[in-house]
Amino acid sequence: MDESPLLRVEDLHVSYDTPTGLVKAVSGVSFELGREKLGIVGESGSGKSQTGRAILGLTAPGGQVRAQRMEFGGIDLLRADARTMRRIRGGGISMIMQDPRYSLNPVMTIGAQIEEAFLVHRNTSKAQARQRTLDMLSAVKIRAPERVYKAYPHEVSGGMGQRIMIAMMMIPEPDIIIADEPTSALDVTVQLQVLAVLDDMLSERGMGLIFISHDLNLVASFCDRILVMYGGKVVEECAAADLDQASHPYTRGLLNCLPSLDGGQDELPILQRDPAWLTATGASK
Amino acid sequence: MIDIRGLDVVFGHGSQLHHAVRDFSMRIERGQSYGLVGESGSGKTTVLRALAGLLERVARVSGEMSVAGESLQGSKRSRDFRRRVQMVFQDPFGSLHPRHTVDTIIGEPARVHRLDRIEARVVQALEEVGLDASFRFRYPHQISGGQRQRVSVARALITEPEIVLLDEPTSALDVSVQAEVLNLLMRLKRDHGLTYVLVSHNLAVVAHMCEALSVMQNGSVVETMSVQQLRDHTPSMPYTQQLLTASLGYDRAAIDAFEEFN
Repeated sequence: MDESPLLRVEDLHVSYDTPTGLVKAVSGVSFELGREKLGIVGESGSGKSQTGRAILGLTAPGGQVRAQRMEFGGIDLLRADARTMRRIRGGGISMIMQDPRYSLNPVMTIGAQIEEAFLVHRNTSKAQARQRTLDMLSAVKIRAPERVYKAYPHEVSGGMGQRIMIAMMMIPEPDIIIADEPTSALDVTVQLQVLAVLDDMLSERGMGLIFISHDLNLVASFCDRILVMYGGKVVEECAAADLDQASHPYTRGLLNCLPSLDGGQDELPILQRDPAWLTATGASK
Repeated sequence: MIDIRGLDVVFGHGSQLHHAVRDFSMRIERGQSYGLVGESGSGKTTVLRALAGLLERVARVSGEMSVAGESLQGSKRSRDFRRRVQMVFQDPFGSLHPRHTVDTIIGEPARVHRLDRIEARVVQALEEVGLDASFRFRYPHQISGGQRQRVSVARALITEPEIVLLDEPTSALDVSVQAEVLNLLMRLKRDHGLTYVLVSHNLAVVAHMCEALSVMQNGSVVETMSVQQLRDHTPSMPYTQQLLTASLGYDRAAIDAFEEFN
């Protein structure tokens, strides 16, 4: 298999001009993504979602994106024209959002939405698209694909909705999936079942995943590699299996302040934030 | 302190009928923290609302409930009950009036219950939750999520309650802020001898906070256990075991063994 990275991001900055001054959402993030599961973890406001959105050119109006380099399959994402970006979105890199209730079109049947995702990127017949859609619905472990094909989003459960999102994002066969808190709205068992579907498809197709989440334990157990973000910067990068040996005080603080299932301390250690974390450059390895 | 026997809650009629809670019982001693855990739709929040008397004209509630020896009838609650039992909700944004100042929000229960020295009580309640008096004249959108949840806790404390019903009090918060709020809740419980009923989907939070818990599924109690059983990972029911396994993180092999429980 090709070992060169699918995506290269170097020194990414995202900032917003607001009435109260310039807000730096992301400042100087660099990473490479191969055919692997890369987790980006951090608390709200750490810039993890902004990083994901900037890759696809989905930064909200008013936001400025700068980078030394942001490259996908030889294409410079910063200078790509709208037409190229439309081809990449979905076809090359696709995104799974948090809540299927907001990201599925409520007035379109599920079948029609998934088909549309396929037809936009492939020159093919309607009948073929329909067959592919049904195959895809079975691939994400939906038991009655014919019935779900004709159903509307409000008629399915949250877990099923998220599997439908996965089907829709996978059907144009992209190389990279960006999943922004894809299972945070789901119950734990359903969450894991949805991730298992995603995991199996990723390894079958040899794709890369950027998994954005606030859940340290989940990312550590699901991903291969982790970036920990704080205040728009990557403060730590490590193999997922080594997260418990993380060295940055922020990562350590986050791990320590989680209540444990094995129970009982009276007082949870509180995360003490150090202003120096915001000025330090580069990730500690 | 709290004794519920054979609680049933039914929403709607005919084809829209939904039996949200079935034959639910629990017994909580004074000063205990009791956890209600389960997945969404398991009925855990409905139990809290039934206890607080918040289901009037919304659902049919039957069964016996008593709090500190006072027997509760339907959704009627005495003025005294409403002072002694307070509630903290999940979403601190949704549960604070957006156009009221922190001062008005916290003072309101005190005014409703015609308490004296309201200003002093507001300042004291703020202090107890770790906010200084400068927060009094701010609006909810001007403070952070963690601070908003502290304000919700202060509002619950101002009537000097004995029982606080906590409905997912930290699930909308970042983990570092969650730790602060959990520590605050533990300290307040010690200082005031409070009794907590904590509804949560997060087993680790319950393992940290509670002495005993009930696991709910589809409106019924699957299992009642001590927190030690939870910490030792030795529940007796397969449903609880699966919930526990799922809470430990992603394990591809374990997921294939997951069953549907109905």
